[in-house]
Amino acid sequence: MNTQNIKTIFTKELKSYFNSPIAYIVMIVFMAISGFLFTMSFFQINIASMREFFGSFFIQLVLFVVFIPAITMRSFSEEKKQGTLELLLTKPITDIELILGKYLSALTLIVITLSPTILYFIIIKMIGPISFWPFLTSLLGYILMSAFFIGIGVFVSSLTENQIIAFIVSVLICLFFFLFGKLLIVFPTSVVSFFEYLTTDYHLSNISRGVIDSRVLIYYFSMIFFTIFLTKVSLESRKW
Amino acid sequence: MSIKVSNLTKYYGDYLAVDNISFEAKKGEILGFLGPNGAGKSTTMKIITTYLPPTSGSIEVDGFDVEDKSLEVRKKLGYLPELNPLYYDMNPVDYLDFVAKLDGIPAGEIKKRREEMIRVCGLDSVRKKDIGTLSKGFKQRVGLAQAMINNPDVLILDEPTSGLDPNQIIEIRNLIKKLGKEKTVVLSTHILSEVTATCNRVIIINKGKIVANGTPEELQAKSKGQSLVTLEVKNNCDKNALSGALKEIRSVNKVEFVKDNGDSFLFNIYGEHGTDLREVISNKVMQQKAMVLSMQAKHSSLEDIFRELTK
Repeated sequence: MNTQNIKTIFTKELKSYFNSPIAYIVMIVFMAISGFLFTMSFFQINIASMREFFGSFFIQLVLFVVFIPAITMRSFSEEKKQGTLELLLTKPITDIELILGKYLSALTLIVITLSPTILYFIIIKMIGPISFWPFLTSLLGYILMSAFFIGIGVFVSSLTENQIIAFIVSVLICLFFFLFGKLLIVFPTSVVSFFEYLTTDYHLSNISRGVIDSRVLIYYFSMIFFTIFLTKVSLESRKW
Repeated sequence: MSIKVSNLTKYYGDYLAVDNISFEAKKGEILGFLGPNGAGKSTTMKIITTYLPPTSGSIEVDGFDVEDKSLEVRKKLGYLPELNPLYYDMNPVDYLDFVAKLDGIPAGEIKKRREEMIRVCGLDSVRKKDIGTLSKGFKQRVGLAQAMINNPDVLILDEPTSGLDPNQIIEIRNLIKKLGKEKTVVLSTHILSEVTATCNRVIIINKGKIVANGTPEELQAKSKGQSLVTLEVKNNCDKNALSGALKEIRSVNKVEFVKDNGDSFLFNIYGEHGTDLREVISNKVMQQKAMVLSMQAKHSSLEDIFRELTK
């Protein structure tokens, strides 16, 4: 694998995010929502903790189910529509370099979007006692979750040349993974423990408590690997 | 041999797009791919450029197999697809730099190559404008610059002059001719004059099959081997007798009565290729005491061959 090629694609993608309104909309809206919820939870509950903030259903829903599909929807579909995919796939770079370049640029945009939370932590730290570790693991949980959902979004985008279809389908798939865990209460306890492992919710709440266990990491990394693999298969499907 | 296509067949599902074609192209050759829409031109090009795999058969570019050594082949190639692959939110400079990086041009040489392409393709006046705002002619030139930026051995151009105005067409053709001296160029077109103007070899392809392969001159010579004279005579003669007399001429294959114009008769006379029948015809007509009003010899053009072969 040639990292220079990944870097070339990565840079081009990141530039195009910041050339279009999408990056700014996502960052500003996230900052507004998270800023509002942060001040709400912080001053109302009066506890020096970011647990409430990271556990917010609303923030998670907006970030994982709406923003990520919005960022990834054009990833491959736009290239297909403009014919530029044919350019990229006839240049001396491999499919996987192309996918990773695109994937990492979307992930970078999400990490940038999440970065104001560090500011929130510093603010709390100045006022009251807050431990660093749960904050760090919560942030890591958010990044891992984003990494998985970006994989879904990039894959879905490689299936169609229509951005809108890519967006809607990604939203539905992300929503399924996101809500599945919340619906588990209706299942009998005997099957819950099995399904629990498949849900993102379970792992996210585990990691937010400060527990980084290898099962969590294996879950996320295998999901990320799987979505990247599916994207590669999807690109190769032109050859079938 | 820069490009060697052997027994290439391509199916899209059940649809046969390319049917067992073989041809070769050497360095210094500009090969024109001629055929009606849907003949298999673009498909063949997509396979040469490694975008699609062949169903069966093989292609070698500079000795590298397009399937097994795909990345090596791509390094040798410049490719302008039919749908010009441009990023509308980039300007030509950023776009060409991006493509140059993908082509693996060393960082230190990118600027030099880009500037050369901007000069050769006449892009200086639009270098900082978004590609999306450019006219079709400029977009096409950016596409050509993209295909040539890595100074490829083999240049594959799918309808390179589409959307250009007549002046630009001539510029681009001259550019292609210049490049063709030291590279292998394959270009597809359905504009016939383009082939005679730029290519030194033509492959006519129809319904996935090669129906003709040769220099433009050779193809003209092969075309059924007939020459045609149209003859108009005054109506004061017996048209059947005249027609019979004309048939007696040794190199005449066929005499066709076209129509009765009222005061004149019109004939088409087909003869063996390369013969000029006008003199003998004129003599015959005088012997029949008829009067020639007009007579014209026609050479079959590439257009006729094309229509004949792709009907």
